[in-house]
Amino acid sequence: MTEKATLTPIYRILKVPSHYSQGGVTMSRRTIWSMLSLVVVLALLLVACKPTPTPTPTKKQLEIFSWWTTGGEAAGLLKLFELYNQKFPDVEIINATVAGGAGFEAKPALKARMLGGDPPDSFQVHMGHELIDTWVTTGYMEPLDDLYKQEGWENVFPKGVLEIVSYDGHYWSVPVNIHRANVLWYNKKVFEANGWKPPETFDEFFALAEQMKAKGITPLALGDVGIWASTHLFEVILAGTMGPEKYKGLWTGQTDWNGPEVKQALETMAKMLEYVNPDHSALSWDQANDLVIQGKAGMTIMGDWVDADNLAKGFKDSGWAPPPGTKGIFIALSDTFGLPKGAPHREQAIEWLRICGSKAGQEAFNPLKGSICARNDCNPDLFGPYLKTAMEDWAKDAIVPSLAHGAAASEAWVTKINDVMTAFVTDKDVVKAQAGLAQACKDAGVCK
Amino acid sequence: MRRLSWDRVIAILLLLPSILAIAIFVYGFIAWSGWVSLSNWDGLRPDLSWAGFVNYAKLFANPRFQIDLRNTVVFTVLFLGACIVLGLGVAILLDQGIRGENFFRSLFLFPMAISFIVTGVTWRWLLAPGDPATGRLTGINVLLNAVGLPLSQWYTDPTVIHIQPTSAVGQFLQQIGLGFLTTPNFGIPLAMFSIVIAATWQMSGYVMAMYLAGLRGIPEEMREAARVDGASEWQVYRHIVFPLLRPVTLSVVIVLGHISLKIFDLVAAMSKKGPGFATDVPAYFMFETTFQGDHYSEGASIAIFLLVTVSLLVVPYLIYSTRREAEV
Repeated sequence: MTEKATLTPIYRILKVPSHYSQGGVTMSRRTIWSMLSLVVVLALLLVACKPTPTPTPTKKQLEIFSWWTTGGEAAGLLKLFELYNQKFPDVEIINATVAGGAGFEAKPALKARMLGGDPPDSFQVHMGHELIDTWVTTGYMEPLDDLYKQEGWENVFPKGVLEIVSYDGHYWSVPVNIHRANVLWYNKKVFEANGWKPPETFDEFFALAEQMKAKGITPLALGDVGIWASTHLFEVILAGTMGPEKYKGLWTGQTDWNGPEVKQALETMAKMLEYVNPDHSALSWDQANDLVIQGKAGMTIMGDWVDADNLAKGFKDSGWAPPPGTKGIFIALSDTFGLPKGAPHREQAIEWLRICGSKAGQEAFNPLKGSICARNDCNPDLFGPYLKTAMEDWAKDAIVPSLAHGAAASEAWVTKINDVMTAFVTDKDVVKAQAGLAQACKDAGVCK
Repeated sequence: MRRLSWDRVIAILLLLPSILAIAIFVYGFIAWSGWVSLSNWDGLRPDLSWAGFVNYAKLFANPRFQIDLRNTVVFTVLFLGACIVLGLGVAILLDQGIRGENFFRSLFLFPMAISFIVTGVTWRWLLAPGDPATGRLTGINVLLNAVGLPLSQWYTDPTVIHIQPTSAVGQFLQQIGLGFLTTPNFGIPLAMFSIVIAATWQMSGYVMAMYLAGLRGIPEEMREAARVDGASEWQVYRHIVFPLLRPVTLSVVIVLGHISLKIFDLVAAMSKKGPGFATDVPAYFMFETTFQGDHYSEGASIAIFLLVTVSLLVVPYLIYSTRREAEV
C-alpha cells in the first residue's frame, strides 16, 4: 500500500497505465505495420462489401411511420396493410412505429428523420395545425389535389374536415378516422343505483359532484401525467362555456383570450379541479378510466378512445353523454396520412393514401381502432353502440377542432398552453393563467 | 524541434481518425449548438440569422426555467448529500471486516447497473400515491398505512416549502430588501424528494464502492499509530480517515454532480414535469422546447446553459487531476 492506493478510482481510470507511456512495453515496427495494414484491409473490405445498387429493386417497398403500436390501433393498421397487400402483393410494407401515447415520442423521432432528409413514404399526423404549421408551411409536403379529385373525396368528406386538411387552397393529407374529444363517460350501474343523470350544465355538474363526494366517490377522474389530459379538459370547458363559434375564434385571433368567457372557463376549471382524484398527476387517462370502471370515481371527461379501452377491459356498463354545455358540439381530431416530399417510394405511397381514404379501408380500420370514418358513407352496422351515436352526432353537430390533439393550434402554441396548464392545475391562479394564455397566443403570432 | 520519427508519424496517423471524429461530432456540434442558440431559428426550417442573446434573456425570464433552476439546485444538494451520507455509512460498515462482505458489496452496487428508465418506472409504481380519501392505496403508501405512519403524496405533491412572507423571518427579509427569498422560487418542492429517493437508491452503491476503495487505501499503520497515541475510534475517523478520503469525496461530487445537472431519463420516466413543474429539470424542458415545441434556438440556449454549468464543475477537476498526475 503506497501513495498510489490513495488515488481515487476515477483518477486511476483517467491515468494512463505506466507501462505504455514509459516504454515498459514498446511496440515493434513490425507490429505497427501489421496493425496499419489490418486497418487498410478492413477499410477495403468495407468498401468491397457495399452492395452494388441494383437499377430496379426486385422487391418494392412502402414505409409507413406511425405511433400505433398497441391494441385496436395496431390491429387496425395491420388490417390496412392487409388490404394493401391484397391489391399489391409484391410490395413489402415496413411498419415503422414509435410507441407512446398521442405521439409524444414518435413526433420528435419523425422530425429528426425529416430534417435529416430521410422521410418515410407516408406518416401519421394529426389533422389540422399540427400538420399544417409543422410540415406544410415549412414546405415538406406534397399537395394531394389530384388524388382528391380522382377519388371524389370532395364529395364524401364533410366540409368541416375538408377545411381542416386544406391550406392555401390545397389538400395536404388524407384523414383515416375521426375521434371525438368531448365525451363524459360514467358508470351506468353507479348512476342508476343512485338515481343520477349525466349533467347538462356546469351547475348540474357541481350539484352532482357534491352528491358523489358525500357518498365517498371521487366525482371526476383525471389522469394527466404528461399534462395533455388537463389541456383536453380545458378545451372541453372552453367549448362548453363559449359555444362553437367563439371557441373557433380563439384559434384565429377573433375571440379575445383576455375576455370574460376565457376567465369564466378558467374559474369553472379551477372549481372542477376541487373534485378530481388527488393522484391525477400520477395516472394516465386509461388509469383514470379504471377508477370509473371500478365505481371509485363517478365520471371522467376524455376522448372517445375510452370506448375502445372499455371494450378491451370487458366493461359493459359504460354510459356516455356530451360534457356540460357541449351538446351539439363535436370537438374533432383525426389521424391523417400525408405525402412527404422526397418519399423514396412515392408511387406506392400514393396507392397507400388511396386505400386510407377509401370506403373499404375506413370500414376495415375504424371498428378496430374505435373511431368513426372521416367519410360520411360508412355502414353504421359495422360499428358498436357508442360509435353509432357518434356517427349520428358527427352528421349533425357543429364540428370544431381539438386543441390538445393538434387540430386547433400549432405544436409550438400547444406546448406553451400545456405549460400554462401545468402551473394552473397546481396553483389555480385564474389571473396568471389567463395572462399566460394571452401571451401564448401572441407568441404563436395569432394574436396581436 | 524534434525530428519526426517514423514512430511519431505512425502514431499521428493512427490517432488522426479519432481526432477528426471528435473534432466534428463533439466540438463541431457544440459550436453549432452555440451558434443556433444565438440565432432566430424558431420552427422546423433552420433560420440561422443573428439574434444575439435574445434567447438567453427569454430563457432566464421564463417562469418555468426559473423553477427548473430551483429544482436543479434542490435536487443536486439533496441527491449528493443523501448519496454521500449513505454511501460513506455503508462503506464504513462494510469495512469492519464483516462476513459476506462480497455479497453485500455486490448487492448495494447492483442498482447502478440498471438504466435510469427502469429505476424511474419502478419507483413511479412504488411511490404512486393512490387516493387515501376513498381508501384506494398503492405502493409504499400501503406499507406506511399498515404501520400507521402518515401517507405521502410523493411525486404528485405540489407543495413547495418556502419562507412565508408573513412570518417573522419573512418580514425581516423583506425589510432588509431580500423579499425575493420568500417566494416559492427559493423553496423546496416536496415532490423532488421522490426523485431523490429513486436516484439515491441507484447511485449510493456506487458511492459506497468508491469510499470502500478509498478506505482500503488508508494504511492500517496510520490508524494503529493514532490509537497508540490514545485517539478514540471517533477521533481516528475525524482526524485520520475523513481527511484522507477527501479526494474520494471530490470525485464523488464531480461524478454525481454532473449526473444531477443533466438528469433527464429518470425524471422523464418517473414524473415528467410534475405538478406545477415541481419535478421539472432543464434537460426535460430542453426536450419539450426543442422537439415538441419546435423552438430550436431556445432549446439550444438551454443546452449551452447546461454545458456551461457542467463545465464549471468538471473543468477545474480535470485541471486539478492533470496537475496531480504530473506530480505523481
